Parts: sequence; C-alpha cells; structure tokens
Amino acid sequence: MSTVDRRPSTVPAPASAPSTSVSAPASGPAPTPSQTVGPFFGHALPLTGGGDVAPRSAPETVTLHGRVLDGRGEPVPDALLEFWQAGPDGRPPAAPGSMRRDHSTGRDAGRDGVTFTGWGRVPTDADGHYTVRTLRPPAAAPYVGVLLFARGLLHHLYTRAYLDPAADDALLASLPGERRATLVATHEGGEAHRVYRFDLRIQGDDAQETVFLDFR
Amino acid sequence: MADTQPTTPDQKSIDAAMAALAGSGNGAAHPSRAYPPYRSTALRHPRQRLVVVEDPEAVELTGPVFGVTDVTALDSDLTRQHTGEPIGERITVSGRVLDRAGRPVRQQLVEIWQANAAGRYAHQREQHPAPLDPHFTGAGRCLTDDQGRYSFTTVKPGPYPWGNHLNAWRPAHIHFSVFGTAFTQRLVTQMYFPGDPLFGYDPIMQSVTDAAARERLVAAYVHDLSESEFSLGFQWDIVLDGPAATWTENAEDSRNTEQGENR
Repeated sequence: MSTVDRRPSTVPAPASAPSTSVSAPASGPAPTPSQTVGPFFGHALPLTGGGDVAPRSAPETVTLHGRVLDGRGEPVPDALLEFWQAGPDGRPPAAPGSMRRDHSTGRDAGRDGVTFTGWGRVPTDADGHYTVRTLRPPAAAPYVGVLLFARGLLHHLYTRAYLDPAADDALLASLPGERRATLVATHEGGEAHRVYRFDLRIQGDDAQETVFLDFR
Repeated sequence: MADTQPTTPDQKSIDAAMAALAGSGNGAAHPSRAYPPYRSTALRHPRQRLVVVEDPEAVELTGPVFGVTDVTALDSDLTRQHTGEPIGERITVSGRVLDRAGRPVRQQLVEIWQANAAGRYAHQREQHPAPLDPHFTGAGRCLTDDQGRYSFTTVKPGPYPWGNHLNAWRPAHIHFSVFGTAFTQRLVTQMYFPGDPLFGYDPIMQSVTDAAARERLVAAYVHDLSESEFSLGFQWDIVLDGPAATWTENAEDSRNTEQGENR
C-alpha cells in the first residue's frame, strides 16, 4: 500500500520462526523505569486521524470502540490508548505516515488516506470512550494489540482485543472462561455492521477485570 | 481506599507511606502499579496478576515505523516553535535509545512534553496559577539516528504543585514517550534533573522503590554538551525493556548483525 517499506517481504510464522530471535542477555543494560503518562499529555501526544487506522481508500473497515473504566466502574477521561495490529494479509505493517507533519507549517497533517500503518493513538473523551476504525486483523492473529496509558497508572498495560477469534486460540484457551470473555470484542448491530465493542476495566473483581498481558 | 478519605493527607503521612515501601520492589526497574502514596493508583491498577506471554506473536515483536513524513527538523527544538523565544534556561537533552541487549534502536520515534520554565503546562485542565509562555508549547519529537541517538533543545521545566496531598510538588521533569522495534518494548516515562531537592517528597518518582533504578531516571549534567554562551547540556540514555526481535531474511543474517553491533 505504501512505497516505503523497510522490512523484508518474508514474514516468519508467528510461533516457530527461526529468524525471529528474542534476546535478553543478563549482561545487557538495566531498563529505564516506567513513569505515568500523567494528566497533561493532551497538547503533545494526540494526533489528527489518530484513530483512523484504516486508510480512507479502504473498501472494508472494522470499528472498535468502548470505554476505559476504573475500579469503581467510572469512566477514565484521561487515558491514552494505542493500537497495533497486522494487516488483513497477515503482515505487520512497516510503513511510516501515522503522524505526518506539514513541512511548510510544521502542523499536524493527518494520514495520507492510502497507507495502512497498523498503528493508532486515541485519547479517551470526557466519558472515557474511544473509537478506532481499522482494517480487520488476519485470522492467524485476529486481534488488535492495545496499550493503555493513564494518569494514576505508573506502568502502561497491554492487552489484545480479539475480533471473532478461533476457538483454539492459544492465549484464550489458556484462560478461565469468564476472564477469556474480557479479551473478546462484542460484535454489535448485526452482520452488516462491522462494529465491535471492547471495554477496558482496569480494575474489578475476577470476572470483570480485563486480562492484561506481560511479555517476557 | 486512599482517595475516599475525606481529608487530603499531608506530606508527613505520604513520607511515612513512601518510607514503608522503600526497596519493596526487590530490585525491579518498574514501579508497582499499586503504590498507595500516589493516590490516583488506588482505582487504576489491576488486582489480578498479569497473564505472562512467553512467546509473543510475530506482530507483537514488531512495531510502528515512523519516517521523514512524520517529523520535521524543527520538531526537536522546542524553543523555535513560535515567533519569539521562550523564557527560561535553554538546555539540550540528548542520549541514546537502546534495547535490553544494548543494541541501538534506530530511526525510531522519541516524543517529549513538559511544563514551561514557570512550571505551567499549555493544557486546558492545568490549574497552577503560574504564567503561560506564549512562546512555548512544550511538545517535541525526533527520530533516533543510526546509533540510536536523540537530541532536543528546550528550556528547563519548572517544578509545579499538584493535588496528591497538601503542599505536593513535582520535581522538574520532562515526559518521554519512546518506541522500540517491538510494540511490546514501548515506554512512557519521565526524566528528572540532577540534584533536585524535591525527589524525596515525590511519590511518582519514589514509586520506583529501588534506588539504583530510580537513579536511571535522572539525567547527567555533562559540561562538554553545554554550548558556550547558548545552552546547558544534559545526557540521558534510555533502555527499553521487553522482548525485541531481530527481523532479517534468515537467522544467519540476524546473528551476523548482532555480532557486528557488539564490537
């Protein structure tokens, strides 16, 4: 879709790819600690078209939306969400252009309308709600990766919003039923509507709280 | 829970709570998401254990790519985004972004945001009655170079009060948002300035309960990075946690690349 692509065209299979090496030698430098995004990112991080991950030219899109809720079930109006996913062809995108700037004015210029970058960023509104319009992720990785930042959250949280997952998905199958449901977006409005609801409950009792993931 | 208390706690009670938790992270770099002295964590941390994913999928070992379309040259100079010069001590902040194997993170996005020299953010919900600076927005971005280096020119932010407890003040800091080669390496954090007397009073900084890890949030003043009659130089390297993948055509290339970088 884009003319600029820095990654090889061969994408390894998710689980067994020999060319994907994950390295964490004990001798490596110590990581920089996380700190909260705080309340005052609104003049710096949100982007024009940050939630319009699907190019305007795309014939078929899906919409993922929902609310971020705290331990009392109250909306979180000062959260920032980021989204990352593979395209319908199964490839992780490798094109820039998520946050284009106008080079003559320096202003936020929005996306170019044809490039799928796979990445989105959306602040929650006053009611804790977000919307992202994107392309359907592939059947082999049928989810949108979601990163959650917020005031009061000292270290971001990562989860997956699954759209119509297979019954044998490895992560989902490893979870107890009621927790599994927190990772599966709810299809809304009938077959013709490709709208999915995905709420993030930062804190709740066992069945309510969204499953968050820790990558090693 | 802490923030249901009718009265706002004083510094002394926050100090005691911080002291009780000092060193409690067993040397972990990252703060516990449940850190009662920072009261807003009370309803905003999961109670359940995170589910460990030992084998991230291919898409999670990659991340968004940014390029020349996304960043202009002026974006890294926060003192030149308006028609006039901002008030404050002009500084440069530079360093490298590395993964936990010590490899540079190349051509990747670094974003910063901060208060102005008086400790005021250009943000509508900011209540601190310090002056806004019409010549300072306080947001910047750049791409790292092939050694993983980033550099910003800005003014030193001021400390500012906040509502966590009575007489609560944040030490001066610059917020950083950093991407790795994998989305699972993502980091948002805050950089502090050396020798700030507010460190010990601040529950956000002290939420990193390991002293050595906390020290890694503090930039170094490096005189050689200061520019004569222009700016003071600070250096701060960032090391991303989380799994990093090396994407190449085959494993042989991957090994060669890593050996090359270790020289």
